[in-house]
Amino acid sequence: MKPSRRSLFRTRRGSSARRASGSGSLRNELHDRSNFQLRLIVALLLVVALFCTLFARFFWLQVLQHDRYMTLAEQNRISLVPVSPPRGLIRDRNGVVLAHNYSAYTLEITPSKTADGLDATIERLNQLIEITPKDRRRFKKLMEETKDFESLPIKFRLSDEEVARFAANSYQFPGVEVKARLFRQYPQGELGSHLVGYIGRINDRDVETLKDNGNFANYRGTDHIGKLGVEQSYEAQLHGSTGFERVEVDSGGRAIRTLSRTPPQPGRDLELSVDIKLQEIVEKLFDKRRGALVAIDPNTGGVLAFVSKPGFDPNLFVDGIDPVSWKELNESIDRPLLNRALGGEYPPGSTFKPFMAAAALQGDFPLVHQTIADPGYFMFGNNKFRDSKPGGYGSMNFDRSIALSSDTYFYQLAVQMGIDNIAKYLGEFDFGRQTGIDLPGERSGVLPSPEWKKKRFKKPEHQKWYAGETVSIGIGQGYNSYTPLQLAHATAIIAARGTVYKPHVVNRIIDPVSGKATAVEPQPQRRIDWKPEHFERVIKGMQGVNQYGTGAKVFAGAQYTSAGKTGTAQVFSLKGAKYNASSIGERLRDHSWYIVFAPVENPKIALAVIVENGGFGAQAAAPIARATLDYYLTGKLPAAPGEKASGAAAASAPVSEPAPEEPTGD
Amino acid sequence: MIKQLWFYIRRPVDPWLLLFTCLIFALSAVVLHSASNQDADKVLNKIVFMGIAIFGMWVIANISQATLMRIALPGYVAGVIMLILVELVGKTVNGSQRWLNIGITHIQPSELMRIAVPMTLAWFFHHFESTLNWKHFVGAAVLLGIPAVLILKQPDLGTALMISASGFYVLYFAGLSWKLIGLMSAAGGSLVYVVLHWNWCINILHEYQCRRIATMLDPMADPLGAGYHIIQGTIAIGSGGITGKGWLNGTQTHLDFIPERTTDFIFAVYGEEFGLLGNLLLLALYLLVIVRGLMIANSASTLFGRLLAGAIAMTFFTYAFVNMGMVSGILPVVGVPLPLVSYGGTSMVSILAGFGLLMSIQQDRTLIKR
Repeated sequence: MKPSRRSLFRTRRGSSARRASGSGSLRNELHDRSNFQLRLIVALLLVVALFCTLFARFFWLQVLQHDRYMTLAEQNRISLVPVSPPRGLIRDRNGVVLAHNYSAYTLEITPSKTADGLDATIERLNQLIEITPKDRRRFKKLMEETKDFESLPIKFRLSDEEVARFAANSYQFPGVEVKARLFRQYPQGELGSHLVGYIGRINDRDVETLKDNGNFANYRGTDHIGKLGVEQSYEAQLHGSTGFERVEVDSGGRAIRTLSRTPPQPGRDLELSVDIKLQEIVEKLFDKRRGALVAIDPNTGGVLAFVSKPGFDPNLFVDGIDPVSWKELNESIDRPLLNRALGGEYPPGSTFKPFMAAAALQGDFPLVHQTIADPGYFMFGNNKFRDSKPGGYGSMNFDRSIALSSDTYFYQLAVQMGIDNIAKYLGEFDFGRQTGIDLPGERSGVLPSPEWKKKRFKKPEHQKWYAGETVSIGIGQGYNSYTPLQLAHATAIIAARGTVYKPHVVNRIIDPVSGKATAVEPQPQRRIDWKPEHFERVIKGMQGVNQYGTGAKVFAGAQYTSAGKTGTAQVFSLKGAKYNASSIGERLRDHSWYIVFAPVENPKIALAVIVENGGFGAQAAAPIARATLDYYLTGKLPAAPGEKASGAAAASAPVSEPAPEEPTGD
Repeated sequence: MIKQLWFYIRRPVDPWLLLFTCLIFALSAVVLHSASNQDADKVLNKIVFMGIAIFGMWVIANISQATLMRIALPGYVAGVIMLILVELVGKTVNGSQRWLNIGITHIQPSELMRIAVPMTLAWFFHHFESTLNWKHFVGAAVLLGIPAVLILKQPDLGTALMISASGFYVLYFAGLSWKLIGLMSAAGGSLVYVVLHWNWCINILHEYQCRRIATMLDPMADPLGAGYHIIQGTIAIGSGGITGKGWLNGTQTHLDFIPERTTDFIFAVYGEEFGLLGNLLLLALYLLVIVRGLMIANSASTLFGRLLAGAIAMTFFTYAFVNMGMVSGILPVVGVPLPLVSYGGTSMVSILAGFGLLMSIQQDRTLIKR
């Protein structure tokens, strides 16, 4: 023991060191006892202090922040499960169903959840339920298109037996399930496909759009969205609003029970203005030919038939088209996916003449009062513009010029009016701008003008308007190009003597629950405020077409009055299209146009029809127009193909007389 | 005859401590019934373990202090040997080597050390009571350090911390310099600060331990990973409000949002269903147990008794504080059960063994006074 040294620590080390100097004396014992008691009290104070801290924490959580945590607990507990609404039905004007839903079982796979890999699972499934190579290709394509780890359908419309067979073996297939779903079906198939359109699975781009529009929440639980046609343009009405179930879930997300339910509001049904029977007749008349027909009720703007041939089967697209079918459709030389009625732009040919004539009357250009010499050509400077009638008619005046489709007359008229006036007056008929039809993808066509040319071309030498270019504009060639819809619309305006209705394919929007219908009111958009006698005079000329002019033979024996105009459009303007060498001959033939409305006094229907590479207007297009009017106005069905000879109308007999047109624009 | 038997049975028992224990047990059974989704087997199992633990407590309460002092060091040495064996040939469960196979069953030597460490340290100070100086404190620190480091290496941070705490309490009651305590607190505080702010954590602790500390500071940083426990625990407690959602009505509990809800996080269940008032009741019961333990320490006749009783009472407090603190989100998540309430026999048995020691100490005092 070395106390001196220890004493150094005594001061530093405090009580513990101090105890070393004494050896168990009573005083030290007492001192230690009181020291220990002090430490007990300090310990107790620490305990109380820390328990108070805990209590403060509990008070904070359970009293001050209670509402917040209560909300969080509720959010944990309650999950909103979307209940998607049934999509609205689409019917034609007579109630024929064009798009409906049916409930069926699908086999769906969640690729990320399969036990032994996707391919092995499909292989094993195949032993239970036949899965065709087509199904597999379609499934692969779907997988590439979806990022999320969602379940994707591999086989549709399982039979009851297949469902039972899978149910008995489902334990072997983790990640595979049978789901009952509503399917979209288009019972008319190809008929009216460009009109009705189709729905398809929502892709990333659709999601972006929905998010931008703020509609994304309404599509929770919905897999499909309108992609084309009425299905696309009336998406908002057809979809309805998604309902929600408040479901109590556990931490694994499993539903325990339903707390409350907000039912979905089913999508609205659509009643189209289109008569699908009429549509069917027209499509049959086209048969394998390419082209388009748009028929409009001039009193409302309601579209009666909306044909673009060839079509496609919209049912293929609903749950993802398989790559082979897609390739077939997409690469076909006939371009079945092109909606020709509103997306195909063609030079109008002579069908442009009645509108030119109306404009000339309104502008009171001298030529309308004159009779001109018609040698069969028109000289502009040193250029000779030939008439389609070799040798001409000798003389020509305003009224005969329409019926006989005199090129010479309209060459002169165009030159007299000048390009600015043509653009100004013809623009009234919505040429060169969209008609505003309630279908997506409408193109605006080209109503040429110096301004248009300046915008269209980049090089200064191309931007200048040459006076010679005006000449062929007069007969609907040159830069002129319009959609069949635009021509039908313009014809309807003439038929309505200047009243402009916006063309529309949907008549009424019907709430399937209450049955309440909202009509898409036929509101005149505006009037072309031209003198009524000007319209009457043009109509008289068009009537002449079907009485003694280019359409007379086709319209012989019609039980109604009609006013029409033939047209022939040169194909050279389509030189951008791909041509297959083997079919080049057929595909270089002219397009055949016809516009008509009837009856003249009280028009019920106005239409424009084009048959691609159909030759002269009277040859291919006019018979289709005649048969369409016959059916619509008198209920007479066209003669079946093969009985061509019988018809009084000689509907599909080739017509060479009286005046085959051969516009020669340049 | 029966009277005599009853006398022998009740003689070593401290009625207050037994009363508080039984009250907490009653609460525990009620909560467990709810936390286990009314699993009768689990509740029955718990009750059986309560009986075993109380019997164990009674047995230990019958052991005299002299015997306790005699077995303290051998127990400690055996424990350390087993810890080393665990390190060499132990069984790995959940990434931790904690279990030692002794042929019939697996045992966790670290549980033994919970009792052995404070006992040995108390014995150590008692043994050198007359000549106590600073060197003994260093020696005691070494005695404490060996098992603490071994257990930390398993790794089992929770148990290592608890054993260190119990050892520290012995040192504290033995008269560890206030200055040193102040210094240690300052050093510990700054170490925690440095660890948290300099990302040195990984080098010192295991990665998941670091994550738990980081998570405690900002649970929302990793809401589905490490933060999930804390977030769901605080949501459960907070949503309980003042009176709680009522027994068996906790949505967090019954929809499986609270992880480990019968064991380490049972307090979240309790807080959700019984609210602030229930929490207050439990805090009060715990406080009564601690005060009783400190009273026994105060009146103990020997230094061994004083130190051991004080350490046991304070260790019990530490369990309660750390568990409730972690579940309510003011302490990091370390695997510490809620004393007497969490499901799990081992921890209950070791806590009641501690109470047995308290009763033994209490009883010696009575005998001496008589």
